[in-house]
Amino acid sequence: MKNFDYVRPATVSDAVAAAAEPGAVYLAAGTNLLDLMKGDVSRPTRLVDVTRLPGLDRIERLPDGGIRIGALVRNADLAHDAGFARSYPAVAEALLSGASAQLRNAATVGGNLLQRTRCGYFFDIASACNKREPGTGCDARGGENRLHAVLGWSESCIATHPSDFCVPLVALDAVVEIEGRAGRREVALEALHRLPGDAPQQETVLGPGDLIVALRLPADAAAFAAHARYLKVRERTSFAFAVVSAAAGLRIERGRIRHARLALGGVAAKPWRARAAEEILTGASTGGDVFRRAAEAALAEAKPSGDNQFKIELAQRILVRALMLAAMGTPERVPALPASPFSSVAGALTDA
Amino acid sequence: MNLSISLTVNGVRRNVELDDPRVTLLDLLRERLDLTGTKKGCDRGQCGACTVLVNGRRINSCLALAVSHDGADILTIEGVARGNELHPVQAAFIAHDGLQCGFCTPGQIMSAIGLIEEGQAGDDPERVREAMSGNLCRCGAYSGITEAVLDAQRSLTDAKQGRAA
Repeated sequence: MKNFDYVRPATVSDAVAAAAEPGAVYLAAGTNLLDLMKGDVSRPTRLVDVTRLPGLDRIERLPDGGIRIGALVRNADLAHDAGFARSYPAVAEALLSGASAQLRNAATVGGNLLQRTRCGYFFDIASACNKREPGTGCDARGGENRLHAVLGWSESCIATHPSDFCVPLVALDAVVEIEGRAGRREVALEALHRLPGDAPQQETVLGPGDLIVALRLPADAAAFAAHARYLKVRERTSFAFAVVSAAAGLRIERGRIRHARLALGGVAAKPWRARAAEEILTGASTGGDVFRRAAEAALAEAKPSGDNQFKIELAQRILVRALMLAAMGTPERVPALPASPFSSVAGALTDA
Repeated sequence: MNLSISLTVNGVRRNVELDDPRVTLLDLLRERLDLTGTKKGCDRGQCGACTVLVNGRRINSCLALAVSHDGADILTIEGVARGNELHPVQAAFIAHDGLQCGFCTPGQIMSAIGLIEEGQAGDDPERVREAMSGNLCRCGAYSGITEAVLDAQRSLTDAKQGRAA
């Protein structure tokens, strides 16, 4: 690991000033950053420790019915906050399906949003990677790429964003509050991450010194609580990133879908909102046929970036199954195996 | 650049001068404080051998920078027994053969203590297995580990209720 300067500012404005310098990065729990630094994948010259900044570890109900989550709230604390889990069950399920209990106890909300891709070629400094070193090429294109992107990828990068948490959040119109050198601004989570294009090193719209201070969910996000699920296919039952995942939220009135929210994970360099699929579902009665049509619409633009054609069909099946589970109703409690297709829920399709 | 931090480790206040900010909490415990019960397995947050409790919560000490934990209260495997009396989780691991080679065991035990404190798993073995998935055991002692966690949780709950009564 390359050596670095360590600073621990006491205020947000001091942190922003300290992190605006070239080579500086923010440190929260460090569960992703330290791993990358140990492998020389990240080589920052300065770590700006934000863990002691005041006021960023709160979960607040807002007067308009929304909720505001401080960027330093730990993943486990958010998932186990009873009020939060009741209002946003798919978000709690997604959190509990990610990483391990130890990592969830440490990892923060802000850090989860800004975690880096798990592409093996990004992690291997002997490989060419346009994201890690712009202009060097992409060894994933001709390499082991069965887990890579099927949506929004480019010739220069086929990596995916690995977050579970972000998938239901983007479906529920989450907003990110950012403190920067020019003051406070807000960005829709859907617009935070960038698709790779010809500049995959620019992963988000954040500029030097920009600090995510909070995440907000609008009042209507809780309206999906009765029919909300997150479903995640992994290569082992627990402690694994998604091959493909889906978040589904429905508002059902008299057997018809009044509003639908859908997003996919593990398919692109950002959490992927499926708006065309939502429109197909709006006004329909719940059932397999319309769910399949919606899933096909969600993946209409998908194309394999390598040995991953299977992910397109898999994503459609997972979307259908997430919709069926959501239509059946949110379980009282997050299942013992959160988001797992192997949970034995009555009525679940076993071939998806 | 010297960084001075203060930690409470197994109930004892320790002041440490760090000559390098790169020191992880794991390396601090093992190399500077000679507490080698906490194991370094993968050193990348994937195996759980380095699990300790920080302010009562289980975390991977290999992915924690020591300097960022100034003021923290740390509990390691060396601090869980009372003299010669084993912690109930330690005793349960022995009773249920929750180990073979033993390398992952300090991390398993610290993780189990954290799990019981979190109180989310109840008596459901599936929830226990899921909540212990951050601790790998290459000898494959998982079924004994699950039984040990459930048994220790029962005895700790009984003891707590006994005190309350």
